[in-house]
Amino acid sequence: MGVKGPEAQTVAVNGAPCRVWKKGAGEPVGYLAGLGGLARWTPFLERLARHRRVVVPSIPGFPGASGHDQLDSQLDWVLAVHDLLHESGLVGASLIGASVGGALAADAAACFPGLCERLVLIGPLGCFDEADPVTDVFAQRPGALSALLTTDPERALEATTPDGEHDPMETRVQQARASEAAARLLWPVLDTRLAKRLPRIQVPVQLIWGAEDRVLPFSYARRFADRIGGPSETVRIDGAGHLADLDAPEAVAAAVERFLD
Amino acid sequence: MKLLWFHLMPYTELPEDFREKNPSVWVDIDSGLFDPPRAHLMYNDFMDELEFASQCGLDGICVNEHHSNGYGLMPSPNLIASTLARRTADTALCVMGNSLALYNPPTRVAEEFAMLDCISGGRLIAGFPVGSPMDTCYAFGQNPSMLRPRYYEAHDLILRAWTEGRPFSFNGRFNQQRYVNIWPRPIQTPHPPIWIPGGGSVETWQWCAERDYVYSYLSYFGYKSGRATVHGFWNEMEKLGKDRNPYRAGFLQFVGVAETREQALELYREPAEYFYGRCLHVDPRFASPPGYTTEATIRARVESQVAKAADRTSARANLSIQFEEILEKGYVIVGSPDEVAARLREVAIDLNIGHLMLLLQFGNMSKSLTMANTKLFAEEVMPQLTDLFDDDWEDRWWPAPMPRQQRAVPNPVPERVWA
Repeated sequence: MGVKGPEAQTVAVNGAPCRVWKKGAGEPVGYLAGLGGLARWTPFLERLARHRRVVVPSIPGFPGASGHDQLDSQLDWVLAVHDLLHESGLVGASLIGASVGGALAADAAACFPGLCERLVLIGPLGCFDEADPVTDVFAQRPGALSALLTTDPERALEATTPDGEHDPMETRVQQARASEAAARLLWPVLDTRLAKRLPRIQVPVQLIWGAEDRVLPFSYARRFADRIGGPSETVRIDGAGHLADLDAPEAVAAAVERFLD
Repeated sequence: MKLLWFHLMPYTELPEDFREKNPSVWVDIDSGLFDPPRAHLMYNDFMDELEFASQCGLDGICVNEHHSNGYGLMPSPNLIASTLARRTADTALCVMGNSLALYNPPTRVAEEFAMLDCISGGRLIAGFPVGSPMDTCYAFGQNPSMLRPRYYEAHDLILRAWTEGRPFSFNGRFNQQRYVNIWPRPIQTPHPPIWIPGGGSVETWQWCAERDYVYSYLSYFGYKSGRATVHGFWNEMEKLGKDRNPYRAGFLQFVGVAETREQALELYREPAEYFYGRCLHVDPRFASPPGYTTEATIRARVESQVAKAADRTSARANLSIQFEEILEKGYVIVGSPDEVAARLREVAIDLNIGHLMLLLQFGNMSKSLTMANTKLFAEEVMPQLTDLFDDDWEDRWWPAPMPRQQRAVPNPVPERVWA
């Protein structure tokens, strides 16, 4: 990627190590990654770090973090995310959550008023509508999932593969672990009953949707907007898939910056 | 050695173009293909066949559990086993088995198996599978990341329910019950023999060794592809200091017998091609739910050739559906009685298998062909195999029923019922 990576720290959540990346100076903003997590710093985060202190804690089970196998219930997950944000110094900061990270960021914001200042949800999972189902990301042929997540079929896979030297076996195990963590939270229909708690979110929310999201129908944006307790705006990003910030880093970052400023 | 007759209960009338027109025989199979009145006949044929196998003197008859599956019509094998308990006398009833994590609470399994053991007079073999991804995670919606811990916890709960002599409380990670007190209780003490159907996971082998359970490798791909796995199992037993008692292990093999090899080739082509072509047409989307395979097994599969060979998904990927290849790869053994006996003897010795499970009905095989196959097997193949291992080893994992004279004799069905 040709840019200097972030500084990495490790914090403990339920005694399990979770990696936290930090880069940039200014107002802190947190980022919780989507399906697959991140094994490398991304252009979206780099762009945001120009004017902010970007803090990226890894969700339990995602690359750089473990402990997902101790989380048995939604309460366990939400508390883990709360503790993760707390340990990362993000209490009171604005928070961006994509996909899986969006489901958890929204739940944490709903359960802990005051935890975040503003909330950005990029293609957030956590709800399911039988009449317009979310794609079953857990029933895909080998290799098909990453191609489903982004408009460029290689992009999601690239994000979960460390740049530079790495042990292919460890990378494969890590990718499997990240998929497992998402499944542990979201199996079988990706519904965490988040809809029930959305009215508790009173802070301003920005909903960002890839116009070519093949996982989450756009109807869910309306569902979120209708249920969220505070003000919200919805932004569609052309040329972007489910993990919109991987596909369109500039456009998503520009929208987020405008919202946070 | 012990010979067991296994029924999968495949739907026998999947259309000829099933493979071309349908993505999967399992999970999202077209429910419009299921014809209940035809299934009425199939079920009754299948139960006749199981009873016939018992009458022919097979040591055991086996049923198993599948869900949303075109080749396995037994969501509840216990229902079938209960009728077999009434209509057979001395045959072991091998329920292979109940997927423990699917039952809420798992006490249900302890109860139903205890019922079966009571009704049959102590003839039950209790199979405890984790269950396939398709059955457990997709059809039944179980979380793949929690399936194994739930399975182990369910196992512990069932064992306690069978063996503790008084009501107790269970406060598990996944199950909470203030009063566990199963009623009825099993006849066999301390409990029916436990067999574990498994794949090539080292953890399962170690667990079987530690608990002294039978490990049963139920593959549809026969003795050639199963060799690496079963040898891996015995190597692990040796490492753990366990003896090579062949009754520690079970193995499944498709078999078709006829008077001559030529006849056998003619008779079993269609059912074999039906099974491998239509019944095993499973969409790979349902093969690997995240978390179903443990990290240790993922590492082992990458590192070890043994485990790689045992990887079911790779066997599926190279699936043969033409009869010549099916035979060449050893999925199905066919031939004259002497040929089949010689081959099975060789396989049993090579794999060191004391419990050989036979699929003598497979695919769309008719009842008449199934019965002919079973009869010929029982009369001419079985006598050439039964002596194997018995001089050297004791089967400590076989049911211990009540003495025959103390057991109930069910009333025959009066003529007028069918008149």
